Amino acid sequence: MTSRIDRISLLAVPGLAYLAVIYALPLLILLAKSIRTPDGISFAEYAAFFSDDYNMGVLLRTLRVAALTTLLALLIAYPTAFAMNRAKGPMLTVFLVAMVLPMSLGVVVKAFAWSILFRANGFINTSLQWIGLTEKPVRMLFTETALVIGAANVFLPFMVLPIYAVVRQLDQRLPEAAASLGATPFFRFFHVTLPLTLPGVVAGSAFTFSMAISMYVIPSLIVGERQQTLSMLIARSFLYLRNEALGSTISAVLLAIAIIVVVFSSWLARRLEARQ
Amino acid sequence: MTQTDRIFRVLSWVIGLGCVLFLMLPIVITVAASFTSSPVYTLPPPDWSLRWYQSLDRRSGLWDAVVLSLNLALVSTAISLVLGTLASIGVVRGNFRGREWVATFAVSPLMMPGLVVGVALLQFFREIGLRDAYWSLLLGHIVITLPFVMRTLLASMGAFDFSMIDAARTLGLSYPRAIMKVLVPNLAPAYLTSGLFAFLASMDNYPISIFLTDARNKTLPIKMLQYLEEQPDPSLAAMSSGLILLAVIVLLVGSRTVGLNRMIQG
Repeated sequence: MTSRIDRISLLAVPGLAYLAVIYALPLLILLAKSIRTPDGISFAEYAAFFSDDYNMGVLLRTLRVAALTTLLALLIAYPTAFAMNRAKGPMLTVFLVAMVLPMSLGVVVKAFAWSILFRANGFINTSLQWIGLTEKPVRMLFTETALVIGAANVFLPFMVLPIYAVVRQLDQRLPEAAASLGATPFFRFFHVTLPLTLPGVVAGSAFTFSMAISMYVIPSLIVGERQQTLSMLIARSFLYLRNEALGSTISAVLLAIAIIVVVFSSWLARRLEARQ
Repeated sequence: MTQTDRIFRVLSWVIGLGCVLFLMLPIVITVAASFTSSPVYTLPPPDWSLRWYQSLDRRSGLWDAVVLSLNLALVSTAISLVLGTLASIGVVRGNFRGREWVATFAVSPLMMPGLVVGVALLQFFREIGLRDAYWSLLLGHIVITLPFVMRTLLASMGAFDFSMIDAARTLGLSYPRAIMKVLVPNLAPAYLTSGLFAFLASMDNYPISIFLTDARNKTLPIKMLQYLEEQPDPSLAAMSSGLILLAVIVLLVGSRTVGLNRMIQG
């Protein structure tokens, strides 16, 4: 019997071996190259990267934009998941279509749409002037606010769906039981509802944040070259500057952040699961 | 229900409906902009016309890019469905330590920076002497599609009753035949959902593809961004509307066969 079980484990080998060779190995080589110089292991490239004010500015901007994008997406997604859970019939279909259709659409299409929307003579400016909020067109394209709004729009379904999944399984009787015991709505929210939906929040936030730190097409179309992000620096070092050493170093920094997010969020998810 | 509860409830509906409008906005704008008669993007358009759809004909290399993207998406999804089925059975039914971390690893490419994976693959392929752009792209696109398949199949196989396989084997089917005749049809919704999303992810990928293309082999998203830099007229909106139509078709197929509610669980 044991030998049969072992044989079943072997079925995992082709797929995992593929990812090990064509995904993990190239990433490890990239990391190794970034610290290996002709005279041994050296972190000189990293020291040079982190001591450069411009690079630090780009790193901080990337993290700030990703954090704000995640926060905005979470603020919209959390109440939406509850509304979606109460929706029935055609209303539920509307919600589901609004999630799945944008998810099925490429990022080039959506980023391009936002670059039209944010133009000085674009839809948003025309609407703002029409309702009289502003007289002259507001500069929106090429601003960080526009980038955060566009990015939150693109990643929103990936935030709503994990939260919706846990809200749907939430036992409605728990908050009600708390209410019958005299708990105030705020107390119920922070002590019953929020802890129970936290796994969905963690999953959605981790996914959104890791996509937002590495987005490339969205900032290229919405903010352009003037406000670089880490991904744009990587693309520029490889495709235009042909500076592979710099590109590899930034890639390694971005990779390290992404790995920390993946490992930390899976650890957190498992802890939350164990607690329940 | 107290007053506060009611306020919370109304607020969640307002934000929820706002969210729906927010999500649909770029799609509606793109389609509206594609039917303009003007050579620039003004909304609402001064007049309606199909000229930008007709102009797609004259875009050099557009058709080649569409064919290459469809080819990569179909082949990489098919390979991923096979590899992903085997690997998911191995992880779910196998008996080895660290299975949770193996599952995290298999799904992790979804959360890795695409450009970094692209750079790493470019350097790796150069080192092993792989110069052919099509093969580089295909190998790279399997890294995009496989985690989509693995994520859905791992979840649905976790809930599948494998004693049905044992029953089929008692009735005389070999293990591979039992998988094909019992497991795959039972998990059809999972296969369809993960296959559709994997296909679309490959069709849409930009960051990994950009490092693996050459002058002759350009995928559709790369070609679109190139057009956008060279000549940003509303024909881009017409191309985007074509992709929106593709997404709508996928959605219709998905909702008629597995239902929207199951699709979002993929």
